[in-house]
Amino acid sequence: MAIAAQVMKRGALRRPTATRGLMSWFTTVDHKRIGILYGTTAFMFFLLGGIEALVIRVQLARPNGEFVSADLYNQLFTTHGVTMIFLVVMPFGAAFFNYFIPLMIGARDVAFPRLNAFSYWIFLFGGLFIYSSWFLGGAPDSGWFNYAPLSTDPRFATELFTDTGRVAAQHRVDFYLLGLQILGIASMMSAANFIVTILNMRAPGMTLLRLPVFIWMTLVVSFLLLFAMPVIAVALFQGMFDSLFGANFFNVAGGGDPLLWQHMFWIFGHPEVYILILPAMGIVSEVLPVFSRKPLFGYAAIVFSGIAIGFMGWGVWAHHMFAAGLGPVANAAFGISTMFIAVPTGVKIFNWLATLWQGSIRFATPLLFSIGFVSMFIIGGLSGVTHAIVVHDYQQTDTYYIVAHFHYVLFGGAIFGLFSGVYYWYPKIYGRLMNEGMGKLHFWLMFIGFNLAFGPFHILGLQGMPRRTYQFYPGYGFDFWNMVSTVGAFTIAVSTAVFMVNFARSKKNGKKAGADPWDARTLEWTMPSPPPDYNFLEIPRVHHRDDFWHRKYSEDQKGRPVPVPVGGAETPTEAEGKTAHELGIHMPDPSYWPLVAAIGLPLMAYGVMYKMWWLLGAGAVILVMGLYGWVLEPASEEEH
Amino acid sequence: MPPVSRSPSRSNVASRPDLPGSKGIRLASLCLTLLAVGILLAACAPNAPQDVLDPKGPYAEKADRLWDLTFGTAVVVFFIVEGLLVAALFLFRQKGGKPGNPVQVHHNTKLEIGWTMVPVIILAALAVPSTAAIFEFAAEPENALEVEVTGKQWWWQYRYTESGVMAANELYIPVGRPIRLVLRSEDVIHSFWVPKLGGKQDVVPGHTNLLNIQASVPGEYFGQCAEYCGLSHANMRLRVFAVPPDEFEFWLESQKQNAQPPPGGLTADGQRLFLEGACAGCHAIGGTAAQGQVGPNLTHFASRTTFAGAMFENNTENLRAWLRDAPDMKPGAKMPSGTKELGLSDNDIDALIAYLESLK
Repeated sequence: MAIAAQVMKRGALRRPTATRGLMSWFTTVDHKRIGILYGTTAFMFFLLGGIEALVIRVQLARPNGEFVSADLYNQLFTTHGVTMIFLVVMPFGAAFFNYFIPLMIGARDVAFPRLNAFSYWIFLFGGLFIYSSWFLGGAPDSGWFNYAPLSTDPRFATELFTDTGRVAAQHRVDFYLLGLQILGIASMMSAANFIVTILNMRAPGMTLLRLPVFIWMTLVVSFLLLFAMPVIAVALFQGMFDSLFGANFFNVAGGGDPLLWQHMFWIFGHPEVYILILPAMGIVSEVLPVFSRKPLFGYAAIVFSGIAIGFMGWGVWAHHMFAAGLGPVANAAFGISTMFIAVPTGVKIFNWLATLWQGSIRFATPLLFSIGFVSMFIIGGLSGVTHAIVVHDYQQTDTYYIVAHFHYVLFGGAIFGLFSGVYYWYPKIYGRLMNEGMGKLHFWLMFIGFNLAFGPFHILGLQGMPRRTYQFYPGYGFDFWNMVSTVGAFTIAVSTAVFMVNFARSKKNGKKAGADPWDARTLEWTMPSPPPDYNFLEIPRVHHRDDFWHRKYSEDQKGRPVPVPVGGAETPTEAEGKTAHELGIHMPDPSYWPLVAAIGLPLMAYGVMYKMWWLLGAGAVILVMGLYGWVLEPASEEEH
Repeated sequence: MPPVSRSPSRSNVASRPDLPGSKGIRLASLCLTLLAVGILLAACAPNAPQDVLDPKGPYAEKADRLWDLTFGTAVVVFFIVEGLLVAALFLFRQKGGKPGNPVQVHHNTKLEIGWTMVPVIILAALAVPSTAAIFEFAAEPENALEVEVTGKQWWWQYRYTESGVMAANELYIPVGRPIRLVLRSEDVIHSFWVPKLGGKQDVVPGHTNLLNIQASVPGEYFGQCAEYCGLSHANMRLRVFAVPPDEFEFWLESQKQNAQPPPGGLTADGQRLFLEGACAGCHAIGGTAAQGQVGPNLTHFASRTTFAGAMFENNTENLRAWLRDAPDMKPGAKMPSGTKELGLSDNDIDALIAYLESLK
């Protein structure tokens, strides 16, 4: 009895205590370190997705490209899309959410630190699971939106012509169906975690309308995830049952309907677009005020337009299906709703311009990337409006014009915004500034490379080049702009190399940042860089929107800022170098269990895919035992 | 080759050291202008047989007029908004490296209402003709010629509803008459698209979709499948031949005829091989025992200019390569490899070619 009680109290594993060293990364529950894990992993996948893109561009540099086979090409464009959306832009956003939500709202961690770690490990294993397909018979090859029945009916699995005859490739799409299911679990849990954190853990005085816009956008994204992920989860289950167990959700012969998949996918997929772009909009809304020394213009309008986008994003899904045959009434309704979703986006752009207007603009790298975001997003937004002209979208859809549009939104938009965030917050995370010269070189190479790579897609699409074609034929007028695009893609690759060198070198050689290198406005800049484990020595009391700025500056009669003599960041005190424990601050202890439990999920997925039921069972046991271990472990090692 | 737009002179972007932002601004505006000019130039690109901006029929023209309106509006908005951005960056850059102390403006209600309402009005104005056009495109035109189109991995089958004439990949239509396409699929989703004659319409298993196209000018129009449909999606092409009405009637009459019996010799050997071998299991030839429905109807094969999903020009050399090893020519092709799977000899292939080329 006493032993059982002891086990119950202690848990099966000792609660780890190390917060330094390699092992500590596997057990960490610190939101900042999890943020770094998310960012690093997302960047690794960015490189993989980028390599896939380069192979695609080599193949399409010339007509009748022979660099890769049709079969390999189809796997490449599918994994490129899946990678960039689910394994790069989403987790890259999550990296910033993790690191900065607590710092910007005045909290010591997220609401559920172990759940946060669990989300990360599930994301990592989900990504590795999808990539394991390359070694297990081929990667998914039905495109990132995976239209049924090509994707879900084994009769249409890619047939390879080998020396021994025709062989149907197995399980490629199952990696997509099960892999995204795993990733969805991670997204759902972190969304719940962030919502609870933002709503419940704000510092005293941090009212909702004093929240930094980045936090507002995080909140909107989290709600979108919370409602969108279950939709795709159901669709993925349906696809899985069709693919693996002969169900008939999408099989016409069995009474199913392929359009069901499209509706399900895009009801998820369109909010997903805003899930991808709103974090970057949040970052830009933080960066522009800091580098123009003015508050964000029209804070309320930007917040409410973000919320409006969140709502309206649910009412436009069928604009991905204008050519699917939904009939004129549906097409008219979704055409009109699509036009009007441009309004809140336009409001944001005008507010950003007004923020810069009459400011004192400093051309540091974070600002350049934010400007890149705004200028490229305008193009993506305008091409988006042209899609809403339904009868012309019958021409545009499934061509490179669409590919151009979403790269302007998701690369020119999201990726530029995220890089802006990297340069902006790097000094907070690592305590040193990134090199400005190399940063500017990175920006200009990427900006030029981006426009060379994706600008021509507008033209190619209007000249009639469909997407997802492994070759284009000579004589269609596609040759020149495809070559330009390939040159642009390699320019982007060079710019990324510059970024990596700068990132690595600045960690050692960068200029010491201090607490507040940018003369910034929000709470994360009040603490030393890098922040201590416990974030805030004392939980701040918030009196203003942009509270930190108001500690540093008051305003004269004309409304110009006047420095306050005693304002500024926390100066190093006797607290420096002391751990949370030594200071008597309670912080959550590390734990093995999130990692252990997460391992169960990919095992279960392999078990289902290969119908190895023992593996499914083993994975389930690991997952359930992991969760039990988690629930039963003591709050900290000392408490046993 | 479309016209190449080049920047007027690279030396324009040289910066002055006292203007930290100006180099960037000029480069940015140069890039943006280049892009806009590029799109405009593409509008008049020659030799682009699938050019959306070169409509040749009323449906494509109607869509193009709406495009011109919307694109024109977008270009104006683009220059105004990007212009304001560039102006802000230029006018309000930090001077002398010292941070200024700008007035801390938080909002301006009138301005904000203004820039919310102006886009609403512009979009509403665009929505009216756009919405009307959706219904125009969906309406069944009078005096339309109906053709049933079936998308198959990776070729198109046509059946002229009234006459029952079967064709593959190459669609003959009379100029000036609307064509009502009835679209069905037997396998996966495809999308029928001939850019110069109209927009695309998905071909969805279990659904019957409708698409109107029409040509105003005689000519050969290129198209291809636009919805990713598997391994050879890129090779699922099609052609539309728009011909004067009397020529169309002539063509239709000729297509109604059964195939001519072979005169003898190699051609007759070819027919025998065709009918006794695997070919007849998949292909139909009118007037013979070959009634397969899997592959294209070959009754008038030699009258077609292309084959294999309009992927190859119909000539002896291509045909020989195709019959020898179709999957090698077209990834995933369902047609068996003549040499590897069917065991055809060179003589067999010569005979088959002779027969196929006799099917005028």
